[in-house]
Amino acid sequence: MSHIISILIENESGALARVAGLFSARGYNIESLTVAPTQDPTLSRMTLVTTGNPEIIEQITKQLNKLIDVVKLIDISESTHIERELMMVKARAINGGREEIMRLTEIFRGNILDVTPTTYIIEITGEKSKLDAFLNTVGEDNIIEVVRSGTTGILRGDRGLMV
Amino acid sequence: MELSGGEILVQCLIDEGVEYIFGYPGGAVLHIYDALFKQDKVKHILVRHEQGATHAADGYARSSGKPGVVLVTSGPGATNAVTGIATAYMDSIPMVILSGQVPMAVIGSDAFQEADISGITRPCVKHNFLVKDVTKLASTIKKAFYIATTGRPGPVLVDIPKNLTDPRVKIPYEYPKTMSLRSYNPHVKGHRWQMKKAVDCLLEAKRPMIYTGGGIILGEASAELTELTKLLGFPITNTLMGLGAYPGTDKQFVGMLGMHGTYEANMAMHDCDVLFAAGARFDDRITGIIAEFCPHAKIIHIDVDPSSISKNVRVDIPVVGELKPVLTEMIELVKSSDRKPDPVALAEWWKQIDGWRALDSLGFDRNADVIKPQYVVEQLWEMTHGDAYITSDVGQHQMFAAQFYKFDKPRRWINSGGLGTMGFGMPAAIGTKLAFPDADVYCITGEASIQMCIQELATARQYRTAIKIVNLNNGYMGMVRQWQEFSYDSRYSQTYLEALPDFVKLAESYGHMALRIDKKADVRAALEEAQKQKDRTIFLDFHIDPTENVYPMIEAGKAHNDMRLAPGVNPDAELA
Repeated sequence: MSHIISILIENESGALARVAGLFSARGYNIESLTVAPTQDPTLSRMTLVTTGNPEIIEQITKQLNKLIDVVKLIDISESTHIERELMMVKARAINGGREEIMRLTEIFRGNILDVTPTTYIIEITGEKSKLDAFLNTVGEDNIIEVVRSGTTGILRGDRGLMV
Repeated sequence: MELSGGEILVQCLIDEGVEYIFGYPGGAVLHIYDALFKQDKVKHILVRHEQGATHAADGYARSSGKPGVVLVTSGPGATNAVTGIATAYMDSIPMVILSGQVPMAVIGSDAFQEADISGITRPCVKHNFLVKDVTKLASTIKKAFYIATTGRPGPVLVDIPKNLTDPRVKIPYEYPKTMSLRSYNPHVKGHRWQMKKAVDCLLEAKRPMIYTGGGIILGEASAELTELTKLLGFPITNTLMGLGAYPGTDKQFVGMLGMHGTYEANMAMHDCDVLFAAGARFDDRITGIIAEFCPHAKIIHIDVDPSSISKNVRVDIPVVGELKPVLTEMIELVKSSDRKPDPVALAEWWKQIDGWRALDSLGFDRNADVIKPQYVVEQLWEMTHGDAYITSDVGQHQMFAAQFYKFDKPRRWINSGGLGTMGFGMPAAIGTKLAFPDADVYCITGEASIQMCIQELATARQYRTAIKIVNLNNGYMGMVRQWQEFSYDSRYSQTYLEALPDFVKLAESYGHMALRIDKKADVRAALEEAQKQKDRTIFLDFHIDPTENVYPMIEAGKAHNDMRLAPGVNPDAELA
């Protein structure tokens, strides 16, 4: 099962490398990793998606907590949470395909950001599975390029990951 | 007070109470060395290779409990230190490494003697810093000492670009008195409820076993461990790193456990029904095959590092906390409990253990004409009444030292357990001798290991650190040869050391005293000669039996009750 681990980490040089290095050194999986500063410029927030059995996930959270730069972390997939990923797709849009892709974009509540006589750039936000579904529907033949942000997430309710 | 960066660094060390700094100068640290030159409070020990600096600082730290401090230059100076840093990291030794870096303006340009040492060391330090602003230098040094010495200790590297130590730039200096970090809270108190559960479990045990490691020594909890063990009357075993945490000559001590542990320690591990682990990390050399580790036992584990808990072996009752307060509280809980350990079950258990002990699994041929390595260590132990500081390198001699020198006190046994670094022993002995100038410091080594840092004989000479080197010379990389004998049909691939130096002449050329010992009858006299030397280093080159093996041995993939015993030792015959 995938786990989404949210991490507040000191915004220091090398902090990202410490997290990435930990995963490679100990042989843990990383599915995706996103990082950006928070409203507090001394802190960055990372969202890390990983897989493993419960023992491995326990070790991952312990090892992450052990990093001196890590201030706090939480496995948000253990509680009710919202997760989102942003994807931009450059799709081939010619002849009848132009209409079809526009309709699909509407169904998936995406936006078309850029239009050329032969292509669209579509923006879609949602859970990973929704993004996967969109790509499947559009079909590999029509896809020129895909860029995905990796999953980010937040806990529902008044609980949260704060210092 | 206005100081330059170089002066700030030195003043920080003074304010931190640093006595010795082990290092080697070079371009990027010239300003710092100039600042060192102008003071006499911090004494600099000039080594002959940066690896030696880290091992010497490590030996100083392991013996004294104080952090070891290292100063190296950028590039090769720093990369040479990496083996010693990794050694300290694996054994959780407090160490602060100060490395010079090329000036900020040229970082990233592949400048002369540039290496990304914070990147290189990231996986083998507790933490590291690249200081980019001289106004943050003092607080970073404070952080480094704070992080290195608290919680589960470890090495911390501070990389300092040369321009930060420029003598022309002076800034106000203030050394922080205390330090706290929002992202690091090292003082963990054990959970009371978990401790109660642990004590209840211990008092219900029929076949209990106590297994402790280096954490007891690092956590200064030997006295508490000893009190608790005596209070309970349970058998206790120590890991290689934990020797001396409990008196090695006490009857409740069943010897070291693991790959080269005693028969009784390993059998008791396998058959116990409650395992009480403290400050140990279930390393693969301890557990043997995990699937068959302590198959009947409920496991209690105390450790200051939560990530040690259930890392390799699933634990039933974890207690996360500093060893000393946790054990103190557990002693109180045992004393105040209305239950006592079951005396009948315990007597039965001891009878079983004493049966295993009667096998004398560490027995060796005492009548042999050749010098047996075990004999040398045993004689050394007898002569020093178990009270010397013993450092070692890595290999057979290390295991013989661990098996035959019975450590009654913590911090007397100094060896590279986790990383297994050959070359560690002699520089570590130098560091130990500096920490305890009046103590007898022996380095038990082998002819292969000693050559990995042999250059430090010069350091021992320069500072008159009178160490005593016991070289168990069998002409082979003995431990590798042993594995080749057992597992590769005695194909001794690259383990025979041709062209060995004449160690006597070599040591003499550095100005040390040296003796070659070929005859068993001369062993004791040579050791006594070494014991007499209080002002100079002595090198004893013992030419020992090249065929001797370390027994017992749990080979790879085997369980605790599946040991290879010395030829002639038959458990079935003995127990019948």
